[in-house]
Amino acid sequence: MVELSGARPRASRPAPRLWLAGGWLALLALAALFAPFVAPHDPLAQDLFFNRLPPFFMEGAEPGYWLGTDSLGRDVLSRIIHGARIALIVALVAGVAACLLGATLGLLAGYFGGWTDRVISRIVDIWMAFPPVLFAILLVAVLGTGLLSVIVAIAVIDWTRFCRVVRAEAMQQRAMDYVASATVAGHSRWGTLVKEVLPNVMPAIIVLLSLEMGIAVIVEAILSFVNLSLSSDAPTWGGMISEGRTSIHQAWWVLVFPLVTLFLTVLAFSQFGEGLKNRFDPVLR
Amino acid sequence: MSLLSIDTLSVAIDRGPRLLRGVSLSVSPGEVRGLVGESGAGKSMIGKTIFGVLPHRARVTGGAILFDGQNLLTLSPRARRQVRGTRMALIPQDPLTALNPSRRIGAQITDRLTKIMGEPKKTAEARARHLLAEVEMPDPDRVMAAYPHELSGGMRQRVLIAEAFAAEPALIVADEPTTALDVGVQKRILSLIAQMQARHGAALLFVTHDLGVVAKICQSVTVLFGGTVVEEGATADLLAAPKTDYTSALIAATPRYDRPGETLRPVPPRVTAELALAVEWADRRAGHAD
Repeated sequence: MVELSGARPRASRPAPRLWLAGGWLALLALAALFAPFVAPHDPLAQDLFFNRLPPFFMEGAEPGYWLGTDSLGRDVLSRIIHGARIALIVALVAGVAACLLGATLGLLAGYFGGWTDRVISRIVDIWMAFPPVLFAILLVAVLGTGLLSVIVAIAVIDWTRFCRVVRAEAMQQRAMDYVASATVAGHSRWGTLVKEVLPNVMPAIIVLLSLEMGIAVIVEAILSFVNLSLSSDAPTWGGMISEGRTSIHQAWWVLVFPLVTLFLTVLAFSQFGEGLKNRFDPVLR
Repeated sequence: MSLLSIDTLSVAIDRGPRLLRGVSLSVSPGEVRGLVGESGAGKSMIGKTIFGVLPHRARVTGGAILFDGQNLLTLSPRARRQVRGTRMALIPQDPLTALNPSRRIGAQITDRLTKIMGEPKKTAEARARHLLAEVEMPDPDRVMAAYPHELSGGMRQRVLIAEAFAAEPALIVADEPTTALDVGVQKRILSLIAQMQARHGAALLFVTHDLGVVAKICQSVTVLFGGTVVEEGATADLLAAPKTDYTSALIAATPRYDRPGETLRPVPPRVTAELALAVEWADRRAGHAD
């Protein structure tokens, strides 16, 4: 008789990318969660005697100020750690909100087709015609600055990304015989949608969600950069980059360290998503 | 009384071509009926109409499908789903896409038993295991926990056969169940379906383009062309003494293992052209009558 290909249960392949990315995000999450205890200084405390101190490996560094200080004498490391709070909250809440809204509408459009699809797809087309960053700035300007407005703005703008992809995936799955089989077997349309279609769209949703979290971090940074996120005093990565820009020749570290953190975080999100997808997909697993 | 009786069923694409043009056929309880025709004759469409999974834009434009005396086309969606889930099953054409890739085999077989028939999970699982053994799957326990991509095409078709018989349906529609498989596996799957049918006693509507398959397992056969019934009767009679040119041409075009030297003759264009003309003529007449 025929043999089953591949034994089960199988040892899963080690995925360095998943672990590296997950490790960085976990570190960031811990730092954000315990920011008041982890950060060596108050992120808002100014000390003009200690302004523009270089990071620890350069001459003239002061012990305790690992990544140096900015032009107002605020500790860069502490500000990055506190900035992680804002970045992660925005990434999680805005990402999940955009995902829920977009994926739900995309599933409905792709699975039911017809009028549902036409209405939802036209809304998406119109929505996507707006330049996203301008749209975000406009929204925040209307809603007023603050964490919640930033989150709302990102979710309201970026749900279309989910909607498009999930719709296409759902349409593709719907055309498969197993969906017809479920109908033939007497399952309801909703039951089929949740039980048969959703699990097969899940890998795509996970990748998108992780990408979206990275995008949310960037958008928040952009909004901070143009001073539309939180008060300019609040420690945000975008705000730090914006401030660091003005003193780039005297104190490059004020710009570079938050930038590197931002870069690593966005990269980690996308890599984490890829790794997770591979675990979720029974064929790739 | 017949179990399934299709009466002058017509299906058409919205503002488009007609797919079925008043097809009538019936299946008695426990009968194995073949449904043959070329590509596009509408044979799969009949199965799809019975189950109510017509493709986009296709609509039933006339006729009735009586199952156990109930017209499926006039039942409420809910009642129809109930009939479909408990009394009928489908063995689909392509085993590669007919199983959900992200769910385990066991769950897919027991789904109907637990969700539609309301059986407890334990007994449903025991039954699934038993069915897998019946369709000659090695190591049913492992198969239950496997994902579809871990099985070969032939094994997936066995799983689908097990699934079809799970709820002891009165009618099973097999839609070219061996077309997607390679020749060696085809024969085994075919005899397996025949064997399962004999054991469980469900009526079987076997959709195929292969008269050789019909000769092997069907008691009666309906020949379709262009969405109309060309001829029907007991398999032995029909194959021995076909009444229409089309059927004889179809028989002559079927490869036979027992006569390897014989050259195959494709269905002569004259025969199909005549039929197509007759079908078109009937369409026009119907158009006038409307």
